[in-house]
Amino acid sequence: MTTVDSPKAAPQLSSPTRPMYWSIRREIWENRSIYAAPVVTACIMLFGVFISMFTLPHRISAAMGDPGKLHGVVEMPYDMTAGLILVTAFLVGVFYCLDALYGERRDRSILFWKSLPVSDRTTVLAKAAIPLVVLPLFSYVLIQVTQLIIVILYTIALLGNAQALAAFYSNLKFFQLSVALLYAFVAIALWHAPVYCWLLLVSGWAKRATFLWAVMPFLAIGVFVKIAFGSTSFFTFLGNRLVGWFSKAFIAPQKGASHLDPLAAMTPGTLLSTPSLWIGLLFAALCLAAAVRMRRYREPI
Amino acid sequence: MACIEARGLRKAFGATIALDGVDLRVEEGRILGIIGPNGAGKSTALHAILALTPYQGELKVLGCDPWSERDQLMRDVSFIADVAVMPRGMRVSQALDYVDGVHPRFDRTKAEGFLAKTNIKPTSKVRELSKGMVTQLHLALVMAIDAKLLVLDEPTLGLDILYRKQFYDSLLNDYFDRSRTIVVTTHQVDEIQDVLTDVMFINQGRIVMECGMEEFESRYVELMVRPENLAAARAYNPMHERQVFGRSILLFDQPDRDELAAIGDLRTPGIADLFVAVMGNHGADQ
Repeated sequence: MTTVDSPKAAPQLSSPTRPMYWSIRREIWENRSIYAAPVVTACIMLFGVFISMFTLPHRISAAMGDPGKLHGVVEMPYDMTAGLILVTAFLVGVFYCLDALYGERRDRSILFWKSLPVSDRTTVLAKAAIPLVVLPLFSYVLIQVTQLIIVILYTIALLGNAQALAAFYSNLKFFQLSVALLYAFVAIALWHAPVYCWLLLVSGWAKRATFLWAVMPFLAIGVFVKIAFGSTSFFTFLGNRLVGWFSKAFIAPQKGASHLDPLAAMTPGTLLSTPSLWIGLLFAALCLAAAVRMRRYREPI
Repeated sequence: MACIEARGLRKAFGATIALDGVDLRVEEGRILGIIGPNGAGKSTALHAILALTPYQGELKVLGCDPWSERDQLMRDVSFIADVAVMPRGMRVSQALDYVDGVHPRFDRTKAEGFLAKTNIKPTSKVRELSKGMVTQLHLALVMAIDAKLLVLDEPTLGLDILYRKQFYDSLLNDYFDRSRTIVVTTHQVDEIQDVLTDVMFINQGRIVMECGMEEFESRYVELMVRPENLAAARAYNPMHERQVFGRSILLFDQPDRDELAAIGDLRTPGIADLFVAVMGNHGADQ
Protein backbone atom coordinates (compact mmCIF):
# COMPACT_ATOMS: atom_id res chain seq x y z
CA MET A 1 0.00 0.00 0.00
CA THR A 2 2.14 2.81 -1.27
CA THR A 3 -0.52 5.31 -2.18
CA VAL A 4 -0.20 8.72 -0.62
CA ASP A 5 -3.34 10.17 0.87
CA SER A 6 -4.52 13.26 -0.91
CA PRO A 7 -3.38 16.41 0.91
CA LYS A 8 -6.89 17.83 1.32
CA ALA A 9 -7.83 14.79 3.39
CA ALA A 10 -4.78 14.90 5.62
CA PRO A 11 -5.95 17.08 8.55
CA GLN A 12 -8.72 14.88 9.87
CA LEU A 13 -6.71 11.68 9.73
CA SER A 14 -5.22 12.25 13.15
CA SER A 15 -8.51 12.84 14.97
CA PRO A 16 -8.71 10.34 17.82
CA THR A 17 -11.60 7.89 17.83
CA ARG A 18 -13.34 6.35 20.77
CA PRO A 19 -15.28 3.39 19.42
CA MET A 20 -16.38 2.02 22.82
CA TYR A 21 -17.70 5.37 24.05
CA TRP A 22 -19.63 6.07 20.86
CA SER A 23 -20.91 2.50 20.63
CA ILE A 24 -22.47 2.80 24.08
CA ARG A 25 -23.90 6.22 23.26
CA ARG A 26 -25.55 4.98 20.10
CA GLU A 27 -27.13 2.07 22.01
CA ILE A 28 -28.73 4.62 24.33
CA TRP A 29 -29.88 6.76 21.37
CA GLU A 30 -31.45 3.76 19.72
CA ASN A 31 -33.03 2.26 22.85
CA ARG A 32 -34.74 4.98 24.76
CA SER A 33 -36.39 2.47 27.08
CA ILE A 34 -33.01 2.18 28.83
CA TYR A 35 -33.71 5.43 30.60
CA ALA A 36 -37.38 6.07 29.85
CA ALA A 37 -38.80 2.95 31.56
CA PRO A 38 -37.06 3.47 34.93
CA VAL A 39 -38.01 7.17 34.87
CA VAL A 40 -41.68 6.35 34.24
CA THR A 41 -41.60 3.84 37.11
CA ALA A 42 -40.07 6.45 39.41
CA CYS A 43 -42.73 9.01 38.45
CA ILE A 44 -45.55 6.57 39.23
CA MET A 45 -43.98 5.79 42.59
CA LEU A 46 -43.63 9.49 43.36
CA PHE A 47 -47.29 10.05 42.54
CA GLY A 48 -48.18 7.34 45.04
CA VAL A 49 -45.96 8.97 47.63
CA PHE A 50 -47.61 12.30 46.93
CA ILE A 51 -51.04 10.83 47.70
CA SER A 52 -49.73 9.14 50.85
CA MET A 53 -48.45 12.53 52.14
CA PHE A 54 -51.96 13.38 53.31
CA THR A 55 -52.25 10.37 55.62
CA LEU A 56 -48.62 10.27 56.72
CA PRO A 57 -48.89 12.39 59.94
CA HIS A 58 -51.82 10.26 61.04
CA ARG A 59 -50.01 6.96 60.30
CA ILE A 60 -46.84 8.06 62.09
CA SER A 61 -48.83 9.14 65.17
CA ALA A 62 -50.65 5.80 65.19
CA ALA A 63 -47.38 3.85 65.03
CA MET A 64 -45.56 5.91 67.65
CA GLY A 65 -45.68 3.25 70.33
CA ASP A 66 -44.37 0.40 68.17
CA PRO A 67 -40.77 0.90 66.84
CA GLY A 68 -41.13 -1.95 64.33
CA LYS A 69 -44.31 -0.58 62.85
CA LEU A 70 -42.94 2.97 62.84
CA HIS A 71 -39.86 1.81 60.98
CA GLY A 72 -42.11 0.11 58.44
CA VAL A 73 -44.17 3.23 57.86
CA VAL A 74 -41.06 5.37 57.31
CA GLU A 75 -38.96 3.02 55.23
CA MET A 76 -41.58 1.24 53.14
CA PRO A 77 -41.77 3.82 50.29
CA TYR A 78 -37.96 3.80 49.96
CA ASP A 79 -37.68 0.06 49.73
CA MET A 80 -40.62 -0.20 47.37
CA THR A 81 -39.26 2.50 45.07
CA ALA A 82 -35.82 0.93 44.99
CA GLY A 83 -37.32 -2.54 44.48
CA LEU A 84 -39.61 -1.58 41.64
CA ILE A 85 -36.92 0.41 39.79
CA LEU A 86 -34.61 -2.61 40.18
CA VAL A 87 -37.22 -4.90 38.67
CA THR A 88 -37.85 -2.40 35.84
CA ALA A 89 -34.14 -2.20 35.08
CA PHE A 90 -33.94 -6.01 35.03
CA LEU A 91 -36.84 -6.34 32.59
CA VAL A 92 -35.49 -3.55 30.37
CA GLY A 93 -32.10 -5.30 30.40
CA VAL A 94 -33.63 -8.65 29.46
CA PHE A 95 -35.60 -7.29 26.51
CA TYR A 96 -32.73 -5.06 25.43
CA CYS A 97 -30.36 -8.06 25.32
CA LEU A 98 -32.84 -10.23 23.40
CA ASP A 99 -33.03 -7.60 20.67
CA ALA A 100 -29.47 -6.24 20.77
CA LEU A 101 -27.86 -8.54 18.20
CA TYR A 102 -31.11 -9.78 16.63
CA GLY A 103 -32.69 -6.44 15.71
CA GLU A 104 -29.68 -5.19 13.77
CA ARG A 105 -29.73 -8.34 11.65
CA ARG A 106 -33.49 -8.18 11.14
CA ASP A 107 -33.54 -4.54 9.95
CA ARG A 108 -30.20 -5.07 8.17
CA SER A 109 -28.63 -2.06 9.89
CA ILE A 110 -25.78 -4.43 10.77
CA LEU A 111 -24.57 -3.74 7.21
CA PHE A 112 -24.17 -0.09 8.17
CA TRP A 113 -22.51 -0.80 11.53
CA LYS A 114 -20.10 -3.23 9.91
CA SER A 115 -19.03 -0.64 7.34
CA LEU A 116 -17.31 1.32 10.10
CA PRO A 117 -14.02 0.50 11.79
CA VAL A 118 -15.61 -0.82 14.99
CA SER A 119 -14.73 -4.42 15.80
CA ASP A 120 -17.29 -7.10 16.63
CA ARG A 121 -15.71 -7.36 20.08
CA THR A 122 -16.17 -3.66 20.81
CA THR A 123 -19.77 -3.81 19.61
CA VAL A 124 -20.69 -6.86 21.69
CA LEU A 125 -18.94 -5.50 24.79
CA ALA A 126 -20.71 -2.15 24.37
CA LYS A 127 -24.02 -4.00 24.19
CA ALA A 128 -23.15 -6.06 27.28
CA ALA A 129 -22.22 -2.86 29.11
CA ILE A 130 -25.80 -1.59 28.81
CA PRO A 131 -27.38 -4.09 31.28
CA LEU A 132 -24.19 -4.59 33.32
CA VAL A 133 -22.99 -1.00 33.76
CA VAL A 134 -25.23 1.66 32.22
CA LEU A 135 -28.61 0.45 33.51
CA PRO A 136 -27.36 -0.21 37.08
CA LEU A 137 -25.60 3.16 37.30
CA PHE A 138 -28.57 5.04 35.89
CA SER A 139 -31.04 3.18 38.12
CA TYR A 140 -28.87 3.85 41.16
CA VAL A 141 -28.77 7.59 40.52
CA LEU A 142 -32.50 7.57 39.73
CA ILE A 143 -33.34 5.78 42.98
CA GLN A 144 -31.23 8.25 44.93
CA VAL A 145 -32.99 11.21 43.34
CA THR A 146 -36.42 9.65 43.84
CA GLN A 147 -35.72 8.90 47.48
CA LEU A 148 -34.47 12.42 48.04
CA ILE A 149 -37.74 13.75 46.62
CA ILE A 150 -39.66 11.40 48.93
CA VAL A 151 -37.73 12.77 51.93
CA ILE A 152 -38.55 16.33 50.89
CA LEU A 153 -42.25 15.52 50.34
CA TYR A 154 -42.55 13.75 53.68
CA THR A 155 -40.70 16.53 55.47
CA ILE A 156 -43.22 18.98 54.05
CA ALA A 157 -46.08 16.71 55.11
CA LEU A 158 -44.77 16.51 58.67
CA LEU A 159 -43.97 20.22 59.11
CA GLY A 160 -45.66 21.51 62.24
CA ASN A 161 -45.61 18.10 63.85
CA ALA A 162 -42.21 18.11 65.59
CA GLN A 163 -42.63 14.73 67.24
CA ALA A 164 -43.54 12.92 64.04
CA LEU A 165 -40.74 14.68 62.17
CA ALA A 166 -38.22 13.59 64.77
CA ALA A 167 -39.53 10.01 64.59
CA PHE A 168 -39.30 10.15 60.82
CA TYR A 169 -35.68 11.27 60.72
CA SER A 170 -34.54 8.95 63.49
CA ASN A 171 -35.85 5.97 61.52
CA LEU A 172 -34.36 7.07 58.23
CA LYS A 173 -30.80 5.99 57.50
CA PHE A 174 -30.36 7.75 54.20
CA PHE A 175 -26.58 7.49 53.91
CA GLN A 176 -26.39 3.85 55.04
CA LEU A 177 -29.19 2.93 52.67
CA SER A 178 -27.48 4.51 49.68
CA VAL A 179 -24.20 2.71 50.37
CA ALA A 180 -26.03 -0.61 50.80
CA LEU A 181 -27.93 0.08 47.58
CA LEU A 182 -24.76 0.71 45.61
CA TYR A 183 -23.35 -2.55 46.94
CA ALA A 184 -26.58 -4.33 46.02
CA PHE A 185 -26.32 -3.02 42.46
CA VAL A 186 -22.79 -4.39 42.12
CA ALA A 187 -23.90 -7.75 43.54
CA ILE A 188 -26.89 -7.92 41.20
CA ALA A 189 -24.84 -7.01 38.13
CA LEU A 190 -22.32 -9.75 38.90
CA TRP A 191 -25.03 -12.27 39.75
CA HIS A 192 -27.15 -11.56 36.66
CA ALA A 193 -24.20 -11.24 34.23
CA PRO A 194 -24.62 -14.84 32.95
CA VAL A 195 -28.34 -14.22 32.35
CA TYR A 196 -27.73 -11.11 30.23
CA CYS A 197 -24.78 -12.62 28.37
CA TRP A 198 -26.79 -15.76 27.57
CA LEU A 199 -29.56 -13.58 26.17
CA LEU A 200 -27.03 -11.66 24.06
CA LEU A 201 -25.70 -14.93 22.67
CA VAL A 202 -29.19 -16.15 21.75
CA SER A 203 -29.92 -12.75 20.24
CA GLY A 204 -26.83 -13.06 18.04
CA TRP A 205 -27.61 -16.62 17.04
CA ALA A 206 -31.38 -17.08 16.60
CA LYS A 207 -33.07 -16.34 13.30
CA ARG A 208 -36.45 -15.80 14.95
CA ALA A 209 -38.28 -16.13 18.28
CA THR A 210 -35.34 -15.09 20.45
CA PHE A 211 -37.40 -15.22 23.65
CA LEU A 212 -38.42 -18.84 23.03
CA TRP A 213 -34.85 -19.90 22.26
CA ALA A 214 -33.60 -18.13 25.35
CA VAL A 215 -36.12 -19.55 27.80
CA MET A 216 -37.41 -22.88 26.48
CA PRO A 217 -34.21 -24.92 26.84
CA PHE A 218 -34.11 -24.17 30.57
CA LEU A 219 -37.79 -24.90 31.11
CA ALA A 220 -37.42 -28.13 29.13
CA ILE A 221 -34.42 -29.26 31.18
CA GLY A 222 -36.26 -28.40 34.40
CA VAL A 223 -39.35 -30.37 33.44
CA PHE A 224 -37.21 -33.25 32.17
CA VAL A 225 -35.31 -33.46 35.48
CA LYS A 226 -38.60 -33.33 37.37
CA ILE A 227 -40.18 -36.14 35.32
CA ALA A 228 -37.11 -38.34 35.03
CA PHE A 229 -35.73 -38.00 38.53
CA GLY A 230 -38.62 -36.46 40.45
CA SER A 231 -36.35 -33.63 41.47
CA THR A 232 -36.99 -29.89 41.35
CA SER A 233 -33.29 -29.15 41.72
CA PHE A 234 -33.00 -27.52 38.29
CA PHE A 235 -35.84 -25.13 39.02
CA THR A 236 -34.17 -24.33 42.34
CA PHE A 237 -31.00 -23.60 40.41
CA LEU A 238 -32.86 -21.26 38.03
CA GLY A 239 -34.58 -19.44 40.87
CA ASN A 240 -31.28 -19.06 42.65
CA ARG A 241 -29.78 -17.49 39.52
CA LEU A 242 -32.48 -14.82 39.54
CA VAL A 243 -32.90 -13.94 43.23
CA GLY A 244 -30.11 -15.87 44.98
CA TRP A 245 -27.86 -12.82 45.11
CA PHE A 246 -29.73 -11.40 48.09
CA SER A 247 -29.06 -14.23 50.51
CA LYS A 248 -25.37 -14.20 49.58
CA ALA A 249 -24.83 -10.45 49.58
CA PHE A 250 -26.87 -9.60 52.69
CA ILE A 251 -27.91 -11.14 56.00
CA ALA A 252 -31.59 -11.82 55.50
CA PRO A 253 -33.78 -9.90 57.99
CA GLN A 254 -35.02 -12.21 60.74
CA LYS A 255 -38.68 -12.22 61.62
CA GLY A 256 -39.28 -10.35 64.85
CA ALA A 257 -35.63 -9.39 65.26
CA SER A 258 -34.79 -5.72 65.62
CA HIS A 259 -33.83 -3.94 62.42
CA LEU A 260 -30.26 -4.24 61.42
CA ASP A 261 -28.18 -1.33 60.25
CA PRO A 262 -28.06 -1.66 56.42
CA LEU A 263 -24.26 -1.50 56.45
CA ALA A 264 -23.98 -4.28 59.04
CA ALA A 265 -26.21 -6.50 56.89
CA MET A 266 -23.76 -6.48 53.99
CA THR A 267 -21.74 -9.68 53.56
CA PRO A 268 -19.39 -9.16 50.61
CA GLY A 269 -17.12 -11.94 51.89
CA THR A 270 -19.90 -14.50 51.59
CA LEU A 271 -20.85 -13.18 48.18
CA LEU A 272 -17.33 -13.35 46.78
CA SER A 273 -16.67 -16.81 48.19
CA THR A 274 -19.78 -18.27 46.57
CA PRO A 275 -18.63 -20.67 43.82
CA SER A 276 -21.79 -20.19 41.76
CA LEU A 277 -20.96 -16.47 41.41
CA TRP A 278 -17.65 -17.31 39.74
CA ILE A 279 -19.05 -20.16 37.69
CA GLY A 280 -21.72 -17.75 36.48
CA LEU A 281 -19.13 -15.14 35.52
CA LEU A 282 -17.13 -17.75 33.62
CA PHE A 283 -20.30 -18.78 31.77
CA ALA A 284 -20.97 -15.09 31.01
CA ALA A 285 -17.48 -14.66 29.55
CA LEU A 286 -17.92 -17.75 27.35
CA CYS A 287 -21.29 -16.48 26.14
CA LEU A 288 -19.78 -13.11 25.21
CA ALA A 289 -16.90 -14.74 23.34
CA ALA A 290 -19.41 -16.86 21.42
CA ALA A 291 -21.59 -13.81 20.74
CA VAL A 292 -18.59 -11.96 19.23
CA ARG A 293 -18.01 -14.93 16.94
CA MET A 294 -21.71 -15.09 16.04
CA ARG A 295 -21.70 -11.45 15.01
CA ARG A 296 -18.77 -12.24 12.77
CA TYR A 297 -20.44 -15.14 10.97
CA ARG A 298 -24.16 -14.43 11.06
CA GLU A 299 -25.67 -12.59 8.15
CA PRO A 300 -28.71 -10.34 7.95
CA ILE A 301 -31.94 -12.29 8.23
CA MET B 1 -0.51 -2.93 -7.01
CA ALA B 2 -3.89 -4.58 -7.15
CA CYS B 3 -6.55 -3.18 -4.87
CA ILE B 4 -8.56 -6.41 -4.95
CA GLU B 5 -7.15 -9.77 -5.91
CA ALA B 6 -9.18 -12.97 -5.76
CA ARG B 7 -8.33 -16.48 -6.86
CA GLY B 8 -10.84 -19.31 -6.90
CA LEU B 9 -13.38 -17.44 -4.78
CA ARG B 10 -16.21 -19.81 -3.87
CA LYS B 11 -19.30 -19.53 -1.76
CA ALA B 12 -22.28 -21.84 -1.47
CA PHE B 13 -25.53 -21.40 0.44
CA GLY B 14 -26.59 -24.98 0.97
CA ALA B 15 -26.97 -26.48 -2.48
CA THR B 16 -27.01 -23.08 -4.20
CA ILE B 17 -23.62 -22.04 -5.52
CA ALA B 18 -23.40 -18.25 -5.33
CA LEU B 19 -19.75 -17.92 -6.39
CA ASP B 20 -18.21 -20.63 -8.51
CA GLY B 21 -14.46 -20.06 -8.54
CA VAL B 22 -14.17 -16.37 -9.34
CA ASP B 23 -10.76 -14.96 -10.32
CA LEU B 24 -10.69 -11.22 -10.07
CA ARG B 25 -8.11 -8.46 -10.16
CA VAL B 26 -8.98 -4.80 -9.72
CA GLU B 27 -6.10 -2.34 -10.01
CA GLU B 28 -5.88 0.75 -7.87
CA GLY B 29 -7.55 3.84 -9.31
CA ARG B 30 -10.17 1.99 -11.35
CA ILE B 31 -13.94 2.31 -11.31
CA LEU B 32 -15.32 -1.14 -11.91
CA GLY B 33 -18.96 -1.85 -12.66
CA ILE B 34 -20.19 -5.36 -11.92
CA ILE B 35 -23.26 -6.16 -13.97
CA GLY B 36 -25.41 -9.25 -13.69
CA PRO B 37 -28.97 -10.51 -13.35
CA ASN B 38 -30.56 -10.99 -9.94
CA GLY B 39 -29.00 -13.88 -8.09
CA ALA B 40 -25.89 -13.83 -10.27
CA GLY B 41 -23.57 -13.56 -7.28
CA LYS B 42 -22.78 -9.82 -7.44
CA SER B 43 -23.70 -9.08 -3.85
CA THR B 44 -22.09 -12.27 -2.59
CA ALA B 45 -18.84 -11.29 -4.30
CA LEU B 46 -18.97 -7.85 -2.71
CA HIS B 47 -19.83 -9.33 0.68
CA ALA B 48 -16.80 -11.60 0.45
CA ILE B 49 -14.56 -8.64 -0.43
CA LEU B 50 -15.96 -6.79 2.60
CA ALA B 51 -15.66 -9.89 4.83
CA LEU B 52 -19.36 -9.77 5.61
CA THR B 53 -19.64 -13.44 4.75
CA PRO B 54 -17.25 -16.38 5.08
CA TYR B 55 -15.86 -17.65 1.75
CA GLN B 56 -13.46 -20.19 0.28
CA GLY B 57 -10.52 -19.34 -1.91
CA GLU B 58 -7.82 -16.70 -1.87
CA LEU B 59 -8.69 -13.06 -1.43
CA LYS B 60 -6.60 -9.97 -0.80
CA VAL B 61 -8.03 -6.48 -0.43
CA LEU B 62 -5.51 -3.62 -0.19
CA GLY B 63 -2.93 -6.30 0.55
CA CYS B 64 -4.83 -7.64 3.58
CA ASP B 65 -6.78 -10.81 4.16
CA PRO B 66 -10.22 -9.25 4.67
CA TRP B 67 -11.52 -11.99 6.96
CA SER B 68 -8.69 -12.02 9.47
CA GLU B 69 -7.73 -8.33 9.23
CA ARG B 70 -11.20 -6.87 8.89
CA ASP B 71 -11.06 -4.31 11.70
CA GLN B 72 -7.89 -2.78 10.28
CA LEU B 73 -9.19 -2.93 6.71
CA MET B 74 -12.40 -1.04 7.49
CA ARG B 75 -10.39 2.12 8.13
CA ASP B 76 -9.49 2.17 4.42
CA VAL B 77 -12.64 0.67 2.94
CA SER B 78 -16.10 2.13 3.01
CA PHE B 79 -19.19 0.60 1.53
CA ILE B 80 -22.91 0.63 1.00
CA ALA B 81 -23.93 -3.02 1.03
CA ASP B 82 -27.65 -2.36 0.79
CA VAL B 83 -29.83 0.71 0.59
CA ALA B 84 -31.94 2.00 3.46
CA VAL B 85 -30.08 0.09 6.17
CA MET B 86 -29.35 3.16 8.25
CA PRO B 87 -30.36 2.57 11.89
CA ARG B 88 -33.92 3.82 12.11
CA GLY B 89 -33.93 4.98 15.72
CA MET B 90 -31.17 7.55 15.29
CA ARG B 91 -31.34 11.20 14.35
CA VAL B 92 -29.40 12.49 11.36
CA SER B 93 -27.15 14.58 13.60
CA GLN B 94 -26.52 11.55 15.82
CA ALA B 95 -25.49 9.48 12.81
CA LEU B 96 -22.98 12.22 11.94
CA ASP B 97 -21.74 12.33 15.56
CA TYR B 98 -21.34 8.57 15.62
CA VAL B 99 -19.41 8.21 12.38
CA ASP B 100 -17.28 11.21 13.35
CA GLY B 101 -16.59 9.54 16.68
CA VAL B 102 -15.53 6.14 15.37
CA HIS B 103 -14.00 6.84 11.95
CA PRO B 104 -10.56 8.48 11.82
CA ARG B 105 -10.98 9.39 8.15
CA PHE B 106 -14.44 10.96 8.30
CA ASP B 107 -14.77 14.61 7.28
CA ARG B 108 -17.87 15.94 8.97
CA THR B 109 -17.87 19.26 7.16
CA LYS B 110 -17.91 17.45 3.84
CA ALA B 111 -20.85 15.26 4.89
CA GLU B 112 -22.78 18.32 6.08
CA GLY B 113 -22.05 19.92 2.72
CA PHE B 114 -23.60 16.96 0.89
CA LEU B 115 -26.61 16.97 3.21
CA ALA B 116 -27.14 20.71 2.67
CA LYS B 117 -27.96 19.92 -0.97
CA THR B 118 -30.83 17.65 0.12
CA ASN B 119 -34.05 18.22 2.04
CA ILE B 120 -32.81 16.22 5.02
CA LYS B 121 -33.02 18.03 8.36
CA PRO B 122 -30.33 17.24 10.97
CA THR B 123 -32.99 16.82 13.66
CA SER B 124 -35.02 14.26 11.71
CA LYS B 125 -35.05 10.67 12.79
CA VAL B 126 -33.99 8.18 10.15
CA ARG B 127 -37.38 6.44 10.36
CA GLU B 128 -39.08 9.72 9.45
CA LEU B 129 -37.13 10.02 6.19
CA SER B 130 -38.33 8.66 2.87
CA LYS B 131 -36.43 5.72 1.41
CA GLY B 132 -34.69 7.99 -1.06
CA MET B 133 -33.63 10.35 1.70
CA VAL B 134 -32.18 7.51 3.76
CA THR B 135 -30.11 6.57 0.74
CA GLN B 136 -29.01 10.20 0.33
CA LEU B 137 -27.95 10.29 3.97
CA HIS B 138 -26.01 7.07 3.61
CA LEU B 139 -24.28 8.31 0.46
CA ALA B 140 -23.39 11.61 2.16
CA LEU B 141 -21.76 9.74 5.05
CA VAL B 142 -19.88 7.33 2.82
CA MET B 143 -18.62 10.00 0.41
CA ALA B 144 -17.20 11.99 3.33
CA ILE B 145 -14.98 9.08 4.32
CA ASP B 146 -11.50 9.28 2.86
CA ALA B 147 -11.29 5.61 1.87
CA LYS B 148 -8.94 3.82 -0.52
CA LEU B 149 -11.70 1.47 -1.68
CA LEU B 150 -15.37 2.32 -1.97
CA VAL B 151 -17.83 -0.49 -2.64
CA LEU B 152 -21.37 0.40 -3.69
CA ASP B 153 -24.04 -2.28 -4.08
CA GLU B 154 -27.02 -0.75 -5.88
CA PRO B 155 -26.31 2.67 -4.35
CA THR B 156 -28.99 4.57 -6.24
CA LEU B 157 -31.93 2.22 -5.74
CA GLY B 158 -35.01 4.28 -4.93
CA LEU B 159 -33.50 7.61 -5.98
CA ASP B 160 -35.06 9.74 -8.69
CA ILE B 161 -33.16 10.34 -11.89
CA LEU B 162 -32.08 13.88 -10.98
CA TYR B 163 -30.44 12.76 -7.79
CA ARG B 164 -28.89 9.71 -9.45
CA LYS B 165 -27.25 11.96 -12.03
CA GLN B 166 -26.12 14.36 -9.32
CA PHE B 167 -24.71 11.49 -7.29
CA TYR B 168 -22.59 10.04 -10.09
CA ASP B 169 -21.34 13.53 -11.05
CA SER B 170 -20.39 14.18 -7.48
CA LEU B 171 -18.77 10.75 -7.21
CA LEU B 172 -16.52 11.61 -10.14
CA ASN B 173 -15.84 15.25 -9.34
CA ASP B 174 -15.75 15.43 -5.54
CA TYR B 175 -14.74 11.94 -4.61
CA PHE B 176 -12.76 10.08 -7.22
CA ASP B 177 -9.12 11.18 -7.39
CA ARG B 178 -7.40 8.36 -9.32
CA SER B 179 -5.75 6.91 -6.22
CA ARG B 180 -9.08 5.58 -5.02
CA THR B 181 -10.80 2.49 -6.31
CA ILE B 182 -14.55 2.19 -6.68
CA VAL B 183 -16.54 -1.00 -7.26
CA VAL B 184 -20.20 -0.52 -8.07
CA THR B 185 -23.14 -2.73 -9.00
CA THR B 186 -26.38 -1.41 -10.41
CA HIS B 187 -29.31 -2.33 -12.62
CA GLN B 188 -29.37 1.16 -14.12
CA VAL B 189 -26.43 0.14 -16.27
CA ASP B 190 -26.50 2.83 -18.94
CA GLU B 191 -26.38 5.63 -16.37
CA ILE B 192 -22.92 4.60 -15.26
CA GLN B 193 -21.45 3.81 -18.66
CA ASP B 194 -19.54 7.12 -18.75
CA VAL B 195 -18.44 6.77 -15.14
CA LEU B 196 -16.76 3.37 -15.37
CA THR B 197 -13.20 2.54 -16.36
CA ASP B 198 -13.90 -1.21 -16.36
CA VAL B 199 -16.92 -3.42 -16.69
CA MET B 200 -17.52 -7.01 -15.69
CA PHE B 201 -20.48 -9.29 -16.41
CA ILE B 202 -21.25 -12.00 -13.92
CA ASN B 203 -23.80 -14.79 -14.19
CA GLN B 204 -24.46 -17.89 -12.10
CA GLY B 205 -21.44 -17.25 -9.92
CA ARG B 206 -18.97 -16.93 -12.78
CA ILE B 207 -17.40 -14.01 -14.59
CA VAL B 208 -18.80 -14.08 -18.12
CA MET B 209 -16.93 -11.11 -19.54
CA GLU B 210 -14.60 -8.40 -18.34
CA CYS B 211 -12.92 -5.54 -20.13
CA GLY B 212 -11.78 -1.96 -19.81
CA MET B 213 -14.08 0.70 -21.20
CA GLU B 214 -11.49 1.75 -23.81
CA GLU B 215 -11.33 -1.80 -25.06
CA PHE B 216 -15.12 -1.97 -24.89
CA GLU B 217 -15.45 1.02 -27.19
CA SER B 218 -12.88 -0.17 -29.71
CA ARG B 219 -14.10 -3.73 -29.74
CA TYR B 220 -17.88 -3.68 -29.89
CA VAL B 221 -19.91 -2.00 -32.58
CA GLU B 222 -23.62 -1.72 -33.21
CA LEU B 223 -24.87 -1.54 -36.77
CA MET B 224 -28.29 -0.18 -37.71
CA VAL B 225 -29.50 -1.48 -41.04
CA ARG B 226 -32.62 -1.23 -43.18
CA PRO B 227 -34.39 -4.52 -44.00
CA GLU B 228 -32.93 -4.61 -47.52
CA ASN B 229 -29.36 -4.76 -46.12
CA LEU B 230 -30.10 -7.19 -43.35
CA ALA B 231 -28.93 -10.32 -45.16
CA ALA B 232 -25.63 -8.62 -46.03
CA ALA B 233 -25.13 -7.55 -42.43
CA ARG B 234 -25.88 -11.01 -41.09
CA ALA B 235 -23.07 -12.39 -43.21
CA TYR B 236 -20.58 -10.66 -40.87
CA ASN B 237 -21.64 -12.97 -38.03
CA PRO B 238 -23.24 -10.66 -35.44
CA MET B 239 -23.34 -11.60 -31.72
CA HIS B 240 -26.90 -10.42 -31.36
CA GLU B 241 -29.73 -8.95 -33.33
CA ARG B 242 -32.83 -6.94 -32.37
CA GLN B 243 -35.53 -4.87 -34.08
CA VAL B 244 -36.27 -1.21 -33.37
CA PHE B 245 -38.84 0.77 -35.42
CA GLY B 246 -38.55 -1.48 -38.45
CA ARG B 247 -34.78 -1.32 -38.52
CA SER B 248 -32.48 -4.07 -37.31
CA ILE B 249 -29.69 -3.44 -34.84
CA LEU B 250 -26.86 -5.94 -34.94
CA LEU B 251 -24.05 -6.15 -32.43
CA PHE B 252 -20.57 -7.17 -33.56
CA ASP B 253 -17.40 -8.14 -31.75
CA GLN B 254 -14.27 -6.77 -33.50
CA PRO B 255 -15.74 -6.39 -36.98
CA ASP B 256 -14.24 -4.59 -39.96
CA ARG B 257 -15.75 -1.15 -39.39
CA ASP B 258 -15.19 0.15 -42.92
CA GLU B 259 -17.09 -2.70 -44.52
CA LEU B 260 -19.98 -2.38 -42.07
CA ALA B 261 -20.18 1.39 -42.53
CA ALA B 262 -21.03 0.77 -46.16
CA ILE B 263 -24.30 -1.02 -45.34
CA GLY B 264 -25.63 0.94 -42.34
CA ASP B 265 -24.98 3.35 -39.43
CA LEU B 266 -22.37 2.48 -36.79
CA ARG B 267 -22.40 3.40 -33.13
CA THR B 268 -20.94 2.28 -29.78
CA PRO B 269 -23.37 -0.04 -28.01
CA GLY B 270 -24.68 0.59 -24.52
CA ILE B 271 -23.42 -1.69 -21.78
CA ALA B 272 -26.99 -2.91 -21.34
CA ASP B 273 -27.22 -3.96 -24.98
CA LEU B 274 -23.95 -5.83 -24.83
CA PHE B 275 -25.10 -7.40 -21.58
CA VAL B 276 -28.27 -8.68 -23.21
CA ALA B 277 -26.23 -10.03 -26.12
CA VAL B 278 -23.65 -11.75 -23.94
CA MET B 279 -26.23 -13.18 -21.56
CA GLY B 280 -28.36 -14.39 -24.47
CA ASN B 281 -25.42 -16.26 -25.97
CA HIS B 282 -24.34 -17.50 -22.57
CA GLY B 283 -27.82 -18.80 -21.86
CA ALA B 284 -27.96 -20.55 -25.26
CA ASP B 285 -24.79 -22.51 -24.45
CA GLN B 286 -26.40 -24.25 -21.52
